Amino acid sequence: MIYVDNAATTKMSKEVLDSMMPYLTESYGNASSIYSFGQQNRAAIENARETVANLIGAKPSEIFFTGCGSEADNWAIFGAARKNIKKGKHLITSVIEHHAVLHCFQQLEKEGFTVTYIPVDSEGLVNVEDVKNAITPETTLISIMMANNEIGTIQPIKEIAQIAKENNIVFHTDAVQAVGHIPVNVEDLGVNLLSVSAHKFEGPKGVGFLYVKTGTWLSQFMYGGAQERNKRAGTENVAGVVGMATALKIATENLDANMDKCYKLRERFIDGVLSNIKHCRLNGSRTKRLPGNANISFEFIEGESLLLSLDLAGIAASSGSACTSGSLDPSHVLLAIGLPHAIAHGSLRASFSHGNTFEEVDKIVEELIKIVQRLRDMSPLYEDYLKGKK
Amino acid sequence: MYSEKVMDHFSNPRNVGELENANAVGEVGNAKCGDIMKIYMFIEDDIIKDIKFKTFGCGAAVATSSMATELVKGKTINEALELTNKAVVEALDGLPPVKMHCSVLAEEAIRSCLADYYRRQGIDPTPIVGCSCNCEECHAHDHE
Ligand SMILES: Cc1ncc(COP(=O)(O)O)c(C=O)c1O
Ligand code: FES
Repeated sequence: MIYVDNAATTKMSKEVLDSMMPYLTESYGNASSIYSFGQQNRAAIENARETVANLIGAKPSEIFFTGCGSEADNWAIFGAARKNIKKGKHLITSVIEHHAVLHCFQQLEKEGFTVTYIPVDSEGLVNVEDVKNAITPETTLISIMMANNEIGTIQPIKEIAQIAKENNIVFHTDAVQAVGHIPVNVEDLGVNLLSVSAHKFEGPKGVGFLYVKTGTWLSQFMYGGAQERNKRAGTENVAGVVGMATALKIATENLDANMDKCYKLRERFIDGVLSNIKHCRLNGSRTKRLPGNANISFEFIEGESLLLSLDLAGIAASSGSACTSGSLDPSHVLLAIGLPHAIAHGSLRASFSHGNTFEEVDKIVEELIKIVQRLRDMSPLYEDYLKGKK
Repeated sequence: MYSEKVMDHFSNPRNVGELENANAVGEVGNAKCGDIMKIYMFIEDDIIKDIKFKTFGCGAAVATSSMATELVKGKTINEALELTNKAVVEALDGLPPVKMHCSVLAEEAIRSCLADYYRRQGIDPTPIVGCSCNCEECHAHDHE
């Protein structure tokens, strides 16, 4: 199988698994217990905390482990909105956020908050001026994702964080697609809250963390035991946080080399597709983009058929088509950058990892040429197009 | 997620293409919803002598088009009008629940094509074929 869906999830490395194994087997003590059998796990957790903190430029006391990236997003948004409710009930986000963010804001609207959804340009970029202009005296939270999961666009987070700071507003960024893939330093970015998920950078699934800058007002997330400094109850996932720390350490140590490799893979893929297949377009920015992300729309064909055909050829990728999501609308991100529905339905996302090869890229392009032609030959839209041209 | 039959009809669709001598054409669905089915028929002596389809849509949409055309090929108009989406789904060994609407489209496409046949004969198709649009989200577009 050729796996190019690394934005969905990644393969855990042997090194990561090895680091986790003791905590999945012999070292099963509860980290909250007083005996040394539990305390050695407490030490492992605090080590992991220190490791990830150092890797993103934070203090260990600013790292709160969570059950996933979605949880970190939920906590940041509900936590900041509710904690600062006396100051105001206006929130700002963008139209291209992941559902883990968007659906939180939609829920808050039902609870009486007002939300401004900042639009994006045709490349998926948020305009910093738009954010500035949306701010009211009532605004308490701005949440803009660092890198988009579908089209890979990287936002001007530092600039937006600066504006939030000047206006004394909490700033959150969903960095789930960014951390481990591009340089992320919370000090440099100037953010208050930042969400991370381990399985996106070759760590285990079901673990993540929220960075909370000292002094940021945020309410408790999970009620119960005193774990995570009384803010997020629940017996710790020791193996998970240890695996996440190992994965982030490896990803950071190899960051430059991985970015370079992913960039080359993706450029070869984009060039290969655009130069061999007619009537397709690259979605997102060619430059302000995650190194491993390619998102291409093929006119006249539908994405699920494309994915099924690729799967039959042993290739795993993803699409923003409505047919793959079970809803009637194609991806909100593709619609937000102005794609007509029909073209958004025909999108393909290939997300590369450093483990992919150039041979794989060439093979995918080769298969795509055949598949796209086959599906177009079946498509009434393509027939209309050809007849209209005659 | 799909049965072997669905995958077979998706990878080797029967009756795919255009029909040069078609005397009935029906198209339903729209690009906005992500699915369009177009059916061509050549009808003689009330019998569907030949049939072809083109589909823009998911795997289920392609497979149901393929199966529906197989099921009505060589049949009389009346037999074809009795084709239900349920019969198409059964012939495909089932579809996931979220994909049932794609099979409705196949049934509609056949009806819309037969309606076009009657219209070309100067006969009002509504009493015979009924309203072919029972999909709430996507309006059926009869081919002109
Ligand atoms: C941008 C973004 N945010 C949040 C999430 C959710 O992360 P998790 O799967 O760990 O809940 C994802 C992954 O699907 C993502 O891509
Ligand atoms: S055509 Fe869209 S779900 Fe089947």
